[in-house]
Amino acid sequence: MSNTAQGQILDFVRGRFPQAELDAAQDIFALGFVNSLFAMELVMFVEKTFGVTIPNDELRIDNFRTADSMAELVDRLARVAA
Amino acid sequence: MALIGVIGAGVMGVGVAQNLAQTGHDVVLVDKDEQILKEALETIARNARMSRLMGGPALDADEILSRITTSVGVGGAAEAEVVIENVTENWEVKRAVHEELDKVCGPDTVFVVNTSAIPITKMASITQRPDKVVGVHFMNPVPAKPACELIPGFHTSTETVERTRDLLKAMGKKAIDVKDACGFVSNRVLMLTVNEAAYLVHEGVATAESVDEVFRSCFGHPMGPLETADLIGVDTILYSVEVLYEHYADSKYRPCPLLKQMTDAGLHGRKSGRGFYTYN
Repeated sequence: MSNTAQGQILDFVRGRFPQAELDAAQDIFALGFVNSLFAMELVMFVEKTFGVTIPNDELRIDNFRTADSMAELVDRLARVAA
Repeated sequence: MALIGVIGAGVMGVGVAQNLAQTGHDVVLVDKDEQILKEALETIARNARMSRLMGGPALDADEILSRITTSVGVGGAAEAEVVIENVTENWEVKRAVHEELDKVCGPDTVFVVNTSAIPITKMASITQRPDKVVGVHFMNPVPAKPACELIPGFHTSTETVERTRDLLKAMGKKAIDVKDACGFVSNRVLMLTVNEAAYLVHEGVATAESVDEVFRSCFGHPMGPLETADLIGVDTILYSVEVLYEHYADSKYRPCPLLKQMTDAGLHGRKSGRGFYTYN
């Protein structure tokens, strides 16, 4: 398991799609990996793991395209909360 | 706006209720269990929140929930113009629900049977209104899918079919006309494809990864058949293939032994953590 937010998110996505070779900059929406079930799991994973609540207006595809963009979102929300 | 009864608050019923409410319909969501109804409303609120992330419209969860009332027992659907029944895919369970609905609802109420397997003509035969019973095979997740199968039974009237088509259109769905035959189009083809893909792995012709890769890379499908099997549930796939086999008594539907063994071994796909692939 990785310790960085980006690494933890990437581990989670790789765990769900073990047959794919993914890196942190790859667009998982463009790869066709995200169905509604997985999107929900992803949001719940991010909220639970990092103790943040994602506001509705941040639930946009652009914030969830890559492990990098999700880590940025977590960072931004953590700063707002701090 | 006419009231629509949605019977059964499982995965499909919840999706149908949300889809109706977000397209401006008043809905009464019916189940036999108060707790299931409570959880259903929570799920709808959560799904509404997720809509934009799935490329759907921005939805106001409060507005959607304001259009949905709930009721324990089918009595709540007495005033509905149309009821959409989504209970478990089991003949005895569906039969009991339709018998009750037939007593409770007015004579003009249309009964929509949401099913991927149960013959519509058989379902209609236990009601006193076979001309007003029609099948719709919704796909999961309902609000996100642009089309569904529309299946008239033997006695279904043209008026019932067109009323249902109009309702589906108002829900944002294209209705694809299919005749009443076990498995309709979707499951006849999909289940055979998954079954044959399982045979390829069983016989050692290709790995699950290679089978899926052919479908993704060569055919441009977003998912291969064995990833799809893991998503649906390997046990559900086996059950569906067995239903086709029994119904048609045709050996082309014989279930792959690997599907049976995986089902017995608890390798049911994503929901059990392991199927054709392993999930964390």
